[in-house]
Amino acid sequence: MDTRRVSRAVPRVRQVGFFTPNTPAQHPVPTRSQSGPPTSDSPPLSGSPASNSLSPVMIPPARHLSDNLGGRTAALPVPRHGNAGDHAIVGSYNPSESVLWLESPTRSRIGDEEFSEGTDWYRRSNSAKFSSSLPSGGFNLSPVKQPGSVAALEAKNPLPEKSEAQKEQASNSKPLKAKTTKAERRALQESQRAVKASSKAEANKSSTPGGAASSKPMKQPQQKKDGPPVASSVAASERIGVDRPVEKERKKDLPPPRMQFDDVSRVGKAKRRSVLNQPEARNRVELFRHLPPHKNGSQLPYLESKFFELHEMHPAVYKVGLQYLTGDLSGGNARCIAMLQAFREAIRDYYTPPEKTLNRDLTSKIGGFVSFLIECRPLSMSMGNAIRFLKSRIARLPLTLSESEAKATLCSDIDRFINEKIVLADKVIVRHAATKIRDGDVLLTYGSSCVVEMILLYAHELGKRFLVVVVDSRPMLEGQKLLRRLVAKGLSCTYTQLNAISYVMHEVTQVFLGASSIFSNGTVYSRVGTASVAMVAHAFGVPVLVCCEAYKFHERVQLDSICFNELGDPDAISKVAGRVDLNYLDNLTDKQKESLQLLNLKYDATPSDYISVIVTDYGMIPPTSVPVIVREYRKEYLLI
Amino acid sequence: MWWRSASFILDRQQEQNAAVPPNPESLLLSSPPPSMADSLQNPKPDISAYYQTRAAHHAVVTSDWLAQAHAAVSIQTDDDDSSVIDGKIAPAAGGRGGDKAFSVIDEFNSWRKQPDLAEAVAAIRALAAVIKASQATTMMELEIELKKASDSLKAWDTTSISLTAGCDLFIRYVTRTSALEYEDFNSARSRLIERAEKFGEISCKARRIIAMLCQDFIFDGCTILVHGFSRVVLEVLRTAAQNKKHFRVFCTEGRPDRTGLRLSNELAKLDVPVKLLIDSAVAYTMDEVDMVLVGADAIVESGGIINMMGTYQIALVSHSMNKPVYVAAESYKFARLYPLDQKDVGPALRTIDFGVPIPSKVEVEKSARDYTPPLYLTLLFTDLGVLTPSVVSDELIQLYL
Repeated sequence: MDTRRVSRAVPRVRQVGFFTPNTPAQHPVPTRSQSGPPTSDSPPLSGSPASNSLSPVMIPPARHLSDNLGGRTAALPVPRHGNAGDHAIVGSYNPSESVLWLESPTRSRIGDEEFSEGTDWYRRSNSAKFSSSLPSGGFNLSPVKQPGSVAALEAKNPLPEKSEAQKEQASNSKPLKAKTTKAERRALQESQRAVKASSKAEANKSSTPGGAASSKPMKQPQQKKDGPPVASSVAASERIGVDRPVEKERKKDLPPPRMQFDDVSRVGKAKRRSVLNQPEARNRVELFRHLPPHKNGSQLPYLESKFFELHEMHPAVYKVGLQYLTGDLSGGNARCIAMLQAFREAIRDYYTPPEKTLNRDLTSKIGGFVSFLIECRPLSMSMGNAIRFLKSRIARLPLTLSESEAKATLCSDIDRFINEKIVLADKVIVRHAATKIRDGDVLLTYGSSCVVEMILLYAHELGKRFLVVVVDSRPMLEGQKLLRRLVAKGLSCTYTQLNAISYVMHEVTQVFLGASSIFSNGTVYSRVGTASVAMVAHAFGVPVLVCCEAYKFHERVQLDSICFNELGDPDAISKVAGRVDLNYLDNLTDKQKESLQLLNLKYDATPSDYISVIVTDYGMIPPTSVPVIVREYRKEYLLI
Repeated sequence: MWWRSASFILDRQQEQNAAVPPNPESLLLSSPPPSMADSLQNPKPDISAYYQTRAAHHAVVTSDWLAQAHAAVSIQTDDDDSSVIDGKIAPAAGGRGGDKAFSVIDEFNSWRKQPDLAEAVAAIRALAAVIKASQATTMMELEIELKKASDSLKAWDTTSISLTAGCDLFIRYVTRTSALEYEDFNSARSRLIERAEKFGEISCKARRIIAMLCQDFIFDGCTILVHGFSRVVLEVLRTAAQNKKHFRVFCTEGRPDRTGLRLSNELAKLDVPVKLLIDSAVAYTMDEVDMVLVGADAIVESGGIINMMGTYQIALVSHSMNKPVYVAAESYKFARLYPLDQKDVGPALRTIDFGVPIPSKVEVEKSARDYTPPLYLTLLFTDLGVLTPSVVSDELIQLYL
């Protein structure tokens, strides 16, 4: 009860997103209460009557501990240092990209020799990898600092209505201080330093002490003044013991951070590893700097020239990567199928190197392919799901299988995934959606979605009489491709631009939309412009049907289209190809160009309120049921 | 679904007061059954059989209905016996295995004549009779036979959603029961029959569970607006009255079959203060109302309900005035349907008597039901518990996938 009060008093806000996780207030109370009384090696504490008065705070120790750990893994108490916004983090945000960024953080973390700032340390230890990569030093440091930061916070917060627990804690800390003699404190401090020095020495094997050392001396005097070092050192030693297993457990469910492209140092490192020339990050819109910059097809010759340098890259994967880069392959399903087929080729040609096991080596190999594909174009959510499926299949291969059997199993698994989750799913969706099309309907669609196209064609084959309105927008103009195919089949179509949507919507009876992904909260992530279509339809009371295969569902929750998105070519919106008369932006001076920021987003997020129904291979479901499907589906494809 | 029902509520209640008298099954012979031309063909295909039956069972027949009710009360004891016998006879009649003339639709209609029996339950009983009458020797054969029977039932009255839902549920139940796999065919068959028999009781039990669940929501001094005649709603209100809650009820008239009059009669018998409104007075009285309580013909996958015409507008009015709308419905009314708008549900037509001749040029909207989107519903009281509309699809996915 008390702990709850505390957390209410200093609310946890803004742990996610662009800010450095920073929750100093929650940790100290549990730490102290938990470590204080029960430890026998701190005689002043256990002998004191204060231990009794402490106990209410610690009543459910396990609970405190877990609270504490939960908080910690989400956000270590970082000493406030510099501008929090600079360390746009390393999110506690996106669980999925495990496949995507698994490699990069570890590599950079262990291999790097320059830690420029002390805070860097703590930030990285967030991602739980740290515990295994460094022996013990990393964890010693953080709890030591807590009392200091709490005290500072309490001093800063002279709230008249301090919560009870805080008051209690304050009153407790005084007797504590009185009880410990100066000599004892000195001794403890010495021992603590010794521990730290040794741990630092260990840590030095992988990193220079520069940054860490610079921040430590600053903190320690402060801590000597206000915090009872007894408790904290005990806490530290206990922490180490307790943390380990939990951290390891966490490792599984805690998502590795996604690369944020406004983090200069990491982008630099990524650049060195990368195969492609990273384009200059010139003049990108402030809010979207964290997104990977667009790479256009002009890099194709460069990449082609590097073909023979990339030994481990399979030609099929290479081909698919190039197709992504030039934009020849687009559309969620097409990209996913191409990728899976390339992987199948690669697996077929794969031989386990001597002294390696297939499971591990193949997984890392696939990881390498994936990071190459990411460099060509960021993965879609559906591809992430497919990769996760493949990796889980590889990991679950029985060790008794021979290599050829294992390869055959994997290939057939991939085929089955393509067949069941994409091809058959599409057929089912088409059947379901076609029941909603009645004679005399006017159906509106936006952009080009292959499922919607199949639905329209199927309904046409069934002899239903309906009109199609294809809404399109620059710069992709994908709708024209769709329009071409529909008209070729004899459907009667109207073509219009997104600007005219509010005018057209009067006539429409149903809106069919495709989706790149659907999140757990029902948010639909789709081609940019979809949200406006859905909103206009909602305003006009027209039902919006989103057609999407269940393998594209994602357990993440996303509220806006800023955190995760893809940038398109900025030049594509400033120039209109083939229109010389529209060159208003051509002859800008360099200075003018500096103040011009072009934003070409590829996707947007449609809130679930604007969606009437999601048509998926499990039938028609309301957007609120997406998590149900994710739950059931996850179970299923891990078991396949 | 029903095996997960919140029957603990009932158990608790039984522990608390074993003295509560069981509900008299007096409704069993209240009104004369409509004359059904017994054939595979629905006699009047353009008129919804479902709503015909409802009208016959629930619509007020004023004076002669009252007379009949009095008669029913006077011969209460007799009636109970006969109904039990009736209940025994009907399946037995269905069970003459060798009879060539067995038809699932006749069976269904004979069950349907009992006003207290929900349509879905009648369908399930009829399907159980199919199992009894069947001469299949393997499970697969039996399944195919069942499938055919349920298809013909569904085709017989396409407008009745609960009939379809009941058939689907039963088929699902049969094909999904893992307990049947290791047993020999005969015991599996008898087990299926046993389950189907149980279903009728469960449906009555479901009403009582819902009634118990609702009690927490009916507070002293509240005003409840009800629409149409729903057996579940009546059960809820009856239980509330028995629990000595003080509340009053506004009944809409429920044109054209005036089912509201019937409900108000029933409530008046229970000494519940009732006020009758014409259907168009809903918005006028809404500020006095504390909650809206309606039944449902079907609960669809979006979490919305399909119910008697007028529910949608009541829900709209109460939504705009921030009054909660509660739906009481048994879980066998969950249907795998997803209407996008009003016209998306196949219309269930019925005749409407305006009292005066209508010129032939004037068109009449004859649809008997409308669809209320989940947005306007607050909670659903079902025998699975008190659910928000979004849980419906969860339950359906778990059942059908």
